[in-house]
Amino acid sequence: MKPVRDDQAVAGPVVPAEAGPIRRVRTRPEPMATKRGLGWQVLAVAGPPIAVAAVFVGIWLLLSYVVLSPTQRFLLPPPQEVVKVGFLDWENLRQVLVTGLLPTTQVAMTGLAIAIALGMLWAILMSQAAWIERSTYPYAVVIQTIPIIAIVPLVGILIGFNFKGRVLACVIISIFPIITNTLFGLKSADASLQDLFTLHGANRTTRLLKLQLPAALPAIFTGFRISAGLSVIGAIVGDFFFRQGNPGIGRLIDIYRAQLQGEQLITTIFFSSLLGIVVFWGFGYLGNRLIRSWHESAQERQ
Amino acid sequence: MAVTEVRRATAEALAFDRVSMVFPNGTHALQDVSFQVDWGEFVAVVGPSGCGKSTLLRIASGLENATGGRVRVGGANLGFVFQDATLLPWRTVQANVELLGELHGLSKGDRARRADEAIEVVGLTGFERNHPKQLSGGMRMRVSLARTLTMKPEVALFDEPFGALDEITRGRLNDELLRLFLLERFAGLFVTHSIPEAVFLAGRVIVMSGRPGRVLGEVAVPFNYPRAPEVRFDAAFAKVAGQVSALLREAHA
Repeated sequence: MKPVRDDQAVAGPVVPAEAGPIRRVRTRPEPMATKRGLGWQVLAVAGPPIAVAAVFVGIWLLLSYVVLSPTQRFLLPPPQEVVKVGFLDWENLRQVLVTGLLPTTQVAMTGLAIAIALGMLWAILMSQAAWIERSTYPYAVVIQTIPIIAIVPLVGILIGFNFKGRVLACVIISIFPIITNTLFGLKSADASLQDLFTLHGANRTTRLLKLQLPAALPAIFTGFRISAGLSVIGAIVGDFFFRQGNPGIGRLIDIYRAQLQGEQLITTIFFSSLLGIVVFWGFGYLGNRLIRSWHESAQERQ
Repeated sequence: MAVTEVRRATAEALAFDRVSMVFPNGTHALQDVSFQVDWGEFVAVVGPSGCGKSTLLRIASGLENATGGRVRVGGANLGFVFQDATLLPWRTVQANVELLGELHGLSKGDRARRADEAIEVVGLTGFERNHPKQLSGGMRMRVSLARTLTMKPEVALFDEPFGALDEITRGRLNDELLRLFLLERFAGLFVTHSIPEAVFLAGRVIVMSGRPGRVLGEVAVPFNYPRAPEVRFDAAFAKVAGQVSALLREAHA
């Protein structure tokens, strides 16, 4: 017998391959995933935010009862007091909603609408000519840094301390994200698509309407969502600065703060936050509806 | 000075005459490139990445002006198929295919009719209402081809359109493209860095050097159209591919 060499030992005998029938792999249906009950599903969706709210209320109670002494408690009344005084007392609630929330909402939405119109127009102009961008973009940045309080007297004298003045403050505070996001979006259209439009003789307007604006929609809606929150802040801040004319939530906050009415103060803050959340979500929902069929950011999650 | 003339009834569909291109940043992309594409001919250009093949197409289409030489284009309707499908993601397949008709101001009915035809030709009937996101890479490329076909191009330029696709899809689309070529009879100029793709598609393969791109030579492909997919495994096919490969290697020797 010949000594077995290493390589032969490893490599075993070569069996001639038979051209046998093609093997097909039979697929078996996957076992059905066990479906959880409706209760589970609701809990999975609502559970986490409820848990966060519980922690929040816990900290609130801790601050009210443990950290603050009874004589300081007016600074942060416990939640149940806030509900009792702020929400369940109709007179207080009416004042917050009608005297505060309503005019503030009007100012914020008017300001936001103007900011959207002006901001988009400005961005579109800048996207059309480099010299417009070069000469005016720096001033868009400057608008963002204007201390409203410094120009309040001027604005007041020029257009009044009432609705118009507040709307202007609101526009100044909320316009920048719209300008910058729209401009970014308009410029983000794919270079090959730009070439395609050039090859087929598209003019500026066609290019803008059929390529740049649709391509910019996701970025534009990001701008809307940021500005929606800012417009609410703008309206409240306007109230603080103008200190004249119809009160809005900002005036109410100022009054409640001065009169140490902690319960009403917190109720007011609650509603101004609610307003911000509603407009933020509103634009989020609208944007999602418009772009979900094609944009990655808006795919429905499984 | 660069001149891009559009003249009908020229002898050739497309002619490059000592075309040179130096970009403003100093990149020397093309050097004295001369060749022509005849009517009814399908020509492929092969060369290493960055040899200015794409620049050649951009010059032919008028997107870029050559810094030297002349380009003559013999047809008014020029088709351009990009490296990726370049579809408008917010439009359905149907609306994407209708885009060029829209840009050229065709009537709604005419547009829709041309789009229906083109969609059928590329085999996408039934997908008209889908968005590009819902399609595979190969299907998106078919939409892009259909869009080009709607304008009935006399000269069609292809800028490595199947480079990003997997081998199987690429082979299938090459078969498809030849079928479209025989159906529509445009003059085709196809840029690629795949030797088998170039040999399978073209009647002539132009071989280019690395930057600055020069024409190293050309290889005639001795197969008649229509070509069966099996041609790829023919000994003669391997021989032609070997010739192209040898030309490419010479440049680096």
